[in-house]
Amino acid sequence: MQKKTLTRLLSVFLFVVSFNMTAEVTTEGEGSKDLKTEIKEYISHHLLDSYDFNLYSHDDENGEHQYIGFPLPVIIYDDGLKVFSSSKLKHDKGVAEVDGNYYKSYHGKLYKTNAAGELTYDEDHHPEGRIHADFSITKNVFTILVVSLLIFLMFSNMAKHYKKGPMPKGFGRALEPIILYIRNDIAIPNIGEKKYKRYMPYLLTVFFFVWIINLLGLTPLGINVTNNIAVTLGLALITYLLTTFTANKNYWKHVFWMPGVPWPMKIILAPIELLGTIIKPFSLMIRLYANITAGHIVLMSIIGLMFIFENWLGSSLSFLLAFALSLLELLVAALQAYIFTMLSALYFGAAVEEHHDAH
Amino acid sequence: MDKLINEFSFGLFFWMLLIFILLVILLRKFAWKPILEAIETREDGIKGALDSAEKAKLEMLNLQSDNEKLLQEARAERESMMKEAREIKSKMVSDAKEEAQAEANKIIANAQIAIESEKKAAVAELKDQVASLSLEIATKVVKDELSNSDKQLKLVKDLLNDATLN
Repeated sequence: MQKKTLTRLLSVFLFVVSFNMTAEVTTEGEGSKDLKTEIKEYISHHLLDSYDFNLYSHDDENGEHQYIGFPLPVIIYDDGLKVFSSSKLKHDKGVAEVDGNYYKSYHGKLYKTNAAGELTYDEDHHPEGRIHADFSITKNVFTILVVSLLIFLMFSNMAKHYKKGPMPKGFGRALEPIILYIRNDIAIPNIGEKKYKRYMPYLLTVFFFVWIINLLGLTPLGINVTNNIAVTLGLALITYLLTTFTANKNYWKHVFWMPGVPWPMKIILAPIELLGTIIKPFSLMIRLYANITAGHIVLMSIIGLMFIFENWLGSSLSFLLAFALSLLELLVAALQAYIFTMLSALYFGAAVEEHHDAH
Repeated sequence: MDKLINEFSFGLFFWMLLIFILLVILLRKFAWKPILEAIETREDGIKGALDSAEKAKLEMLNLQSDNEKLLQEARAERESMMKEAREIKSKMVSDAKEEAQAEANKIIANAQIAIESEKKAAVAELKDQVASLSLEIATKVVKDELSNSDKQLKLVKDLLNDATLN
């Protein structure tokens, strides 16, 4: 999979290079630069979380930018708990006044400002006054909530059908083979017949959660959750904690005092193995994040190309490419969910593996 | 990396963990446990049904071989019964033959005895008759002879001789 990530990043790089090349060629056109900057901003904006649920935006006949969507609650802790609607932030353009304090959102983050809403920058060009205790129900949090609710309704409903008879009904018929696949081909071979049951709830939940949320990212609703490092960190952290807290003596023995190697090697191996326990979930986090981010950037860039070419050949080629990539992303959505589940199962399996004399 | 750290949102991380852990716990109770249990029960049921079908098949085979055995036994019994009957028949026939033979022999022996005694009786009667006839003849002869005394004497003499000879 590292290879795949690499290919992705390479294609992004290539795209950026080719993008700059076309930029040089087409500078003569008035406003084409504006379009390109707009597309670039649009993509970077899409990749970020936002305080309101914005489906799409357009310029109306008066030249004003109109947003279609709905506001979400902003919850922060800054000299006491403060809750206000994100409509006050006016899509990064306005300044929200709450209890005499002024807040402004900028690139998906909230900053404390003066009444005019001017941001001050530090020497690294980062805006100052970031609100860290920010528990807002952002677009991503809202999506996670909706997806969780959807998954819960889907599977609790499916479970009800089993009370009536041994066979699933309706959509459950399509879901059961996937559940069986996760049990028979992911959990049992990696964890073992005896101990797999304990991990099944997590493995099943993580698979369906990642898959559905990845698929939602491919809809034109502009939802993008798994390309957020905080989300993938959350998932990877649970895998790490489950591995660490359910591990048996044999696992820790292999980490700290590797059997079957001479003692100087044991001392060298211990820190490496200990680091490995953290690198494993870390790679889970980065893999999911990078794959989805790269996929979104490439796909959106190619869609953006259609508007930049503005001729029937280039635009239709871009369209075909975007279509093919969408199909690929559909596969990647399922594949990344599968890989996350598969590797989690593998780590759990290593944690509960019984001692073998062969070592 | 700097961008990643800058982009990291603690709030999102917090909500993500909270919602996801809650989701796992709720799904475990209301979805995964009943679903997996139902699937397992179903799989066990299928396995049990297959096992019992296999067992029934074996039993059928056993029954069939039992039937075959019974049939064979019956056939053997019939065979032995027939044989016995045949033996009895031949024995009866030979017995009857022997008995008949013995009876016949007896009858023949009896008949021979009877014939012998009849013969003896007939011979005795013949002797009596011969005696009386001879007496009559003798009487007539004697009567005739006695008219001559010499002849009488001679006759007595001859008779006496004959008597001793007889």
